[in-house]
Amino acid sequence: MTALAKLFRTTAFKIVAAYLLIFALFAAGVVFYLARHTQQLVVSQITETVDLEVRNLTEQYGIGGIGRLVDVIERRTAQPGSNLYLVTAYSGDALAGNIVDIPVSVLQNEGWSEITYRHPEAGNAAKESRALARVTFLSGGFRLLVGRDFEERDRLRQILAQPARWAVVLIVVMGVAGGIFVARRVLKRIDSMTATNERIMAGDLTGRLAVTGSGDEFDRLANSLNAMLERIEALMSGLKQVSDNIAHDLKTPLTRLHNRSEEALRSAKSEGDYRAALESTIEESDGLIRTFDALLMIARAEAGEARHGMTDFDANDVAKSVVELYEPLAEEKGLHLAADIEGPLPVHGSRELVGQALANLIDNAIKYGAAGRPGGKSEIRVATHRENGSALLTVADHGCGIAAGDRGRAVERFVRLEPSRSRPGVGLGLSLASAVARLHGGELRLEDNSPGLRVTLALPAQRSEGA
Amino acid sequence: MRLLVVEDDREAAAYLRKALRESGHICEIAYDGEEGLALALDGEFDVFVIDRMLPKRDGLSLVSEVRKRGVRTPVLILSALGQVDDRVTGLRAGGDDYLSKPYSFSELLARIEALARRIAPQAADTVYKVGDLELDRLAHRVTRSGQEIPLQPREFRLLEYLLRHAGQVVTRTMLLENVWDYHFDPQTNVIDVHVSRLRSKIDKGFDRPLLHTVRGAGYMVRDGAR
Repeated sequence: MTALAKLFRTTAFKIVAAYLLIFALFAAGVVFYLARHTQQLVVSQITETVDLEVRNLTEQYGIGGIGRLVDVIERRTAQPGSNLYLVTAYSGDALAGNIVDIPVSVLQNEGWSEITYRHPEAGNAAKESRALARVTFLSGGFRLLVGRDFEERDRLRQILAQPARWAVVLIVVMGVAGGIFVARRVLKRIDSMTATNERIMAGDLTGRLAVTGSGDEFDRLANSLNAMLERIEALMSGLKQVSDNIAHDLKTPLTRLHNRSEEALRSAKSEGDYRAALESTIEESDGLIRTFDALLMIARAEAGEARHGMTDFDANDVAKSVVELYEPLAEEKGLHLAADIEGPLPVHGSRELVGQALANLIDNAIKYGAAGRPGGKSEIRVATHRENGSALLTVADHGCGIAAGDRGRAVERFVRLEPSRSRPGVGLGLSLASAVARLHGGELRLEDNSPGLRVTLALPAQRSEGA
Repeated sequence: MRLLVVEDDREAAAYLRKALRESGHICEIAYDGEEGLALALDGEFDVFVIDRMLPKRDGLSLVSEVRKRGVRTPVLILSALGQVDDRVTGLRAGGDDYLSKPYSFSELLARIEALARRIAPQAADTVYKVGDLELDRLAHRVTRSGQEIPLQPREFRLLEYLLRHAGQVVTRTMLLENVWDYHFDPQTNVIDVHVSRLRSKIDKGFDRPLLHTVRGAGYMVRDGAR
């Protein structure tokens, strides 16, 4: 019962039912229209026949008087399937004809009327029939009635009505059956999709919806849902990897924090010792907070949340100010930070995030960009230019670079290619830059600067005004 | 200074009250948005410190309501949401500064003092003067003992900001925000390098240093030894 109820509730069934109703109404309209027209046709045929007969009989009366008329009528009535006739005298007595028992009032006026009558030969038991009749007054007080039974019309009506009734029954039966069939087919697909969905919701992200290959709307839906699942699975596995990395990378400083505090409790002798321990605790926790902030920022950039805050700004202004911010630091580390920035480079996006991404790239270059070989150049070059509708912000160093095979991995969260992890940083700089690039619809490219690394932050450029 | 702190976390509020008292400030506390609004409209305060997420009335709505009623007291918004757009919405609601949690107390204190100073009349002065160091904002000239010191434009703005807040601690993030207009954490000590460059220009060769480092907090320009 519930399965049937479910079937009746399906959209497919409802659509079929609605179509059925519309079709049935239309068919009924057509049948009704047809019936009316045929009836009118039959009636007009009857009147024509009767008119002709009346004219004929009046002529006969004119030629041979009442005697001839009676003769003719008697001859006519002898034939089977004849018209209806009645001739009465002035007194109202019937002189000839094949009908009896008609109301007297019928003969009172000339013209058309519908009458009920009995065939005289069948006697009183005869059933009443209906006919269309025309009454004509003849000279000498005689009255002539010529009529034609409605039998033909009624038979025609029956001929039409019977199949129409069957047709309606057939339409309804076939419609319901078709509806059930279509609904069941649809329901089966939907049920299989629902089952897959439930399995996926239960945690099996590898499940995919079945595609029949027919290219119908269900296939299209299944394909798009599968693409969505693909993306979700990728995100989830990314997330899992990140949480593994977070667990690992946060556990290390947390353990250090814990150990130092414990150590201080156990062996600190003076206020100075406690102070030193507390200061290093604060420093360590600040580092943790920084890591969290960077992670949050990446997550939000990836989720596209920062899109509301976007404005038009000049990427070259940002590049100049970030270079200027890092220039003294680079110099202190014995590196030369050279800038190749000219003219305006309009970009739509978040000035703050682009600035931070560029700062991370320069920061990385300062950390890792010292000449890889003795005697090599110690220059970091920051250049911006426009190329095929992209604003390119490039940071190139002459340091140790990143091996081609490792470049894809380098932008992942917490990945630090240097195995000793001896230099400062948590391995989020390139991930953030990459997330910022994607947020803006651009990309982060890592290339060989032979020697060294060239990182390009490519952002979609705004059309520049006369640059 | 009289401060109003609106913060629903009782432990954090108690810690703030204690720390602010030790720094010589009077501190009133409201634990929800409605109480905060009533106090903010009633009392005489120098700075409001308002947490962004509050029961009964959310921090941003509290700030905009206070502004709508014509109260001009500077507002520092505290929030666990520290991202760029959060900060923008916070400032748009009528806040004057935005500090994301967790923060260090020295950072909070420096910002509160900077906000209180913001409405002080000397902010409009065209010449800032500390000891024998003078900065002319209109002529873009810096002199010490009458001797001109050439500065890069950014160094000039750095010194200008430090002098405007002379006698107050200015943190590294405050400098990055106000001199460079970036709100991110620079991770490395970029600001320190800029400050030490500036220091070598204005203090080197003079017997009394004016630009001091405040340990664990930031920098301060002040005449006289600590």
